[in-house]
Amino acid sequence: MTMHSSRADNHTWRKIMNALASATTFVSALLVIAPLGLIFFHLLANGASSVNWAFFTHLPKPVGEAGGGMVNAIVGSLELLAFASAIGIPIGVLGGVYLAEYGTARANALLRFVADVLNGVPSITFGVVVYGLVVLRFKGFSAYAGGLALGLIMVPLILRTTEEVILLVPNGYREAALALGVARWKTIVYIVMKTASKGIITGILLALARVGGETAPLLFTAFGNRFWNHNLSEPIAALPLQIFTYAISPYDDWHRQAWAGALVLVTGIFCVNVLVRILTRGRTTSAV
Amino acid sequence: MEIATPPAAASLAPRSAAQAMVPPSRFGDKAFEWLTLAMAMAVVLLVILIGWQLWRGSSLAVQKFGFHFLTTSTWDPVTEQFGALPFIYGTLVSSFIALLIAVPLSVATAVYLTELAPLWIRQPIVSLIEMLAAIPSVILGLWGIFVMIPWLRDYPFPLLKRFFGWTPFFSGPIYGTSMLAGGIIIAIMILPIITSVSREILRSVPNLQREAAYALGATRWEVTRIAVLSYARKGLFGAVILGLGRALGETMAVTMVIGNTPQIAASLFKPGYTLASVIANEFTEATTDIYLQALFEIGLVLFGVTILVNLIAQLLLKTLTTTSTTRAVQ
Repeated sequence: MTMHSSRADNHTWRKIMNALASATTFVSALLVIAPLGLIFFHLLANGASSVNWAFFTHLPKPVGEAGGGMVNAIVGSLELLAFASAIGIPIGVLGGVYLAEYGTARANALLRFVADVLNGVPSITFGVVVYGLVVLRFKGFSAYAGGLALGLIMVPLILRTTEEVILLVPNGYREAALALGVARWKTIVYIVMKTASKGIITGILLALARVGGETAPLLFTAFGNRFWNHNLSEPIAALPLQIFTYAISPYDDWHRQAWAGALVLVTGIFCVNVLVRILTRGRTTSAV
Repeated sequence: MEIATPPAAASLAPRSAAQAMVPPSRFGDKAFEWLTLAMAMAVVLLVILIGWQLWRGSSLAVQKFGFHFLTTSTWDPVTEQFGALPFIYGTLVSSFIALLIAVPLSVATAVYLTELAPLWIRQPIVSLIEMLAAIPSVILGLWGIFVMIPWLRDYPFPLLKRFFGWTPFFSGPIYGTSMLAGGIIIAIMILPIITSVSREILRSVPNLQREAAYALGATRWEVTRIAVLSYARKGLFGAVILGLGRALGETMAVTMVIGNTPQIAASLFKPGYTLASVIANEFTEATTDIYLQALFEIGLVLFGVTILVNLIAQLLLKTLTTTSTTRAVQ
C-alpha cells in the first residue's frame, strides 16, 4: 500500500516537474523577445514625433537650431550600400556558385569553414583594415573606403546563402540541360541560377539589411559628413553613423533626431525583412 | 519554378551532322569555373589580408612593447605608454556577464521552441527573435543610453547593492554606465544567435532518441532532459562558443553604455572599456604613429581571439551536423 502511494506521489511529482519546465522555458522565451517590444515601443514613443517631411528633405541644422533633417545621411547610406553591393554581390554570388557546383568536397568544406569563421570576425576589424588599405594610402576618409568595408562584410554572408539555395536546385534540371548539349557554364547561369534567383536575391537583401545598420566599420572609413557629399573620395554621411554621433552628443535636439533616425533605419530594415518573408513564402526552411 | 529555354538548345537543330561533330569549345566552361573559383578563394584571401594588414599596421608597437602590451594596464597616449590589459579585462568580464545572462535564457527558449511549446506558437516566436537579430547595434545602444541605463540605475542596481553590496562586485557608487550595463546589452545582442543555433541543434536530434524515451514512459520534460539535451550537449556548447565570439567583438552598443574608462575594478557598477570600444572611440583621435600602431595591435588581438573562438565553435557545430543524419520534423 505504501509502495503504491509513493508511486502515485512520484507520478505527481514528475507531472509537476514537467509543468514547471514548460512554464520556465515559456518565461525565458518571453524574456528573449521582451527587448524587441521595448525597443519598438521607445522608438515609436521618442522618434515618431520627429519623423516629418523636414527629416527626409533637410540637411542637419547646427547645434541650437531646432529642426533640420538627415537627408544627406539617408542618401549617403544608399550610396554606400550601392558601392558595397558592387563589391559584395559579384564575389559572394559567384563564390557561392563555385561551392555549390564545382570543387572537391574536402576543399569546399574548408572554404565554407573559412567563410563561417569570417562571418564571426567583428565588423570593426573590417574598418581598421580598410583604414590601413585605403584611408592611409589615399590620405583621407572617403565614400569608397566606407563602401569597401561594407562590401567585404557582405561577401561571406552572400556566399553562404547563395551556396545553400543553389544546392536546393534539383539535379534533374542540370542533367536535362546538359543532355541537350548546353555548355556547363550556361546551364549554371541560365538554368540553375535562374531557378535559384529568388533565393539568391533573398540572401542579397538580408546581407544589405545587415550592413545597412552597421556603424563600427564606417567610423574611420566613411567618417560621416554634416553636408552633402559631392565627391566619392570625400567623407560621406551614413544614417547609423549620424544616429551614433547624435546619441552620444549632449544636446536634446540631437537626441530627438537620433531617435527619429533610428526609427527610420529600423523601419527600412524591417521592410527588407518583410520583403524577404514574402519572397520565401512557402519554403519551410529559411535561407539563414 | 519554371525552366528557361536554354538558348543553345534552339540553335542545335539546323546544324548539319558534320558541324555537330566538331567538339564545342571548352573555353567558356573553363573561364567560368576559374572565375567562380577566384571569387570563392576571396574569403581565404580576405582572412589573410585582414591578418596581414593588422600585423603590418602594428609592427612598431609589437616591437616596442612586446608581450608587455598584453600584461600592463597603463594606457596613456601622452607619455606613449600603451598596455591593453584593462581592455582585455573589460572584454572578458562583459562577455562573461553576457553569457551568464544569455545562455540560460537562449537555451531554455530553444528547448521551448523545439520540444515544449504548442505548435502554433513556435513560428511567431521564431520570427520575433529573427527581428531582434535584425536590430542594428547602434540602435540598441541608443535605447541603452536613454532607456535601459536610467532604469537600471533607479531600480535593479540599488536592489543588487542592497542585497549583494557586501561583495566586491556590487559595491561603490552607482553611475548607470557600467561594466554590468555593458554585459546586459551584449546579452541582448547575442540572445538571438545562441537561440537560433541551439534551435537548429535541437531540431537535428533524431526523433528516434525521443521515441525511445517516450516508450519508457517519460514525460515531455524527461524526454527533453534525458534524450534530447544530453544528445545535443556538444552542439549546444558550440552555440554558446559562437555566442561568445559575437560577444567579444560587439562594438557599438557596448561602447555606448559601458562608460569607456580603462580601469580594472572589481565592482561591476564601475565603468569599463573593451577592445572593440577603444578602437571605435580613439582611432580617429590617434595623433601619433605609435598610438595608431597600438590601436592596430588591439585590433590584431581582437581578430586573433575571435578567429580562434569562432574556429572552435565551428568545429563543435560541424562535427555534430555531420554525425546526425536524420532531421526531426518540427
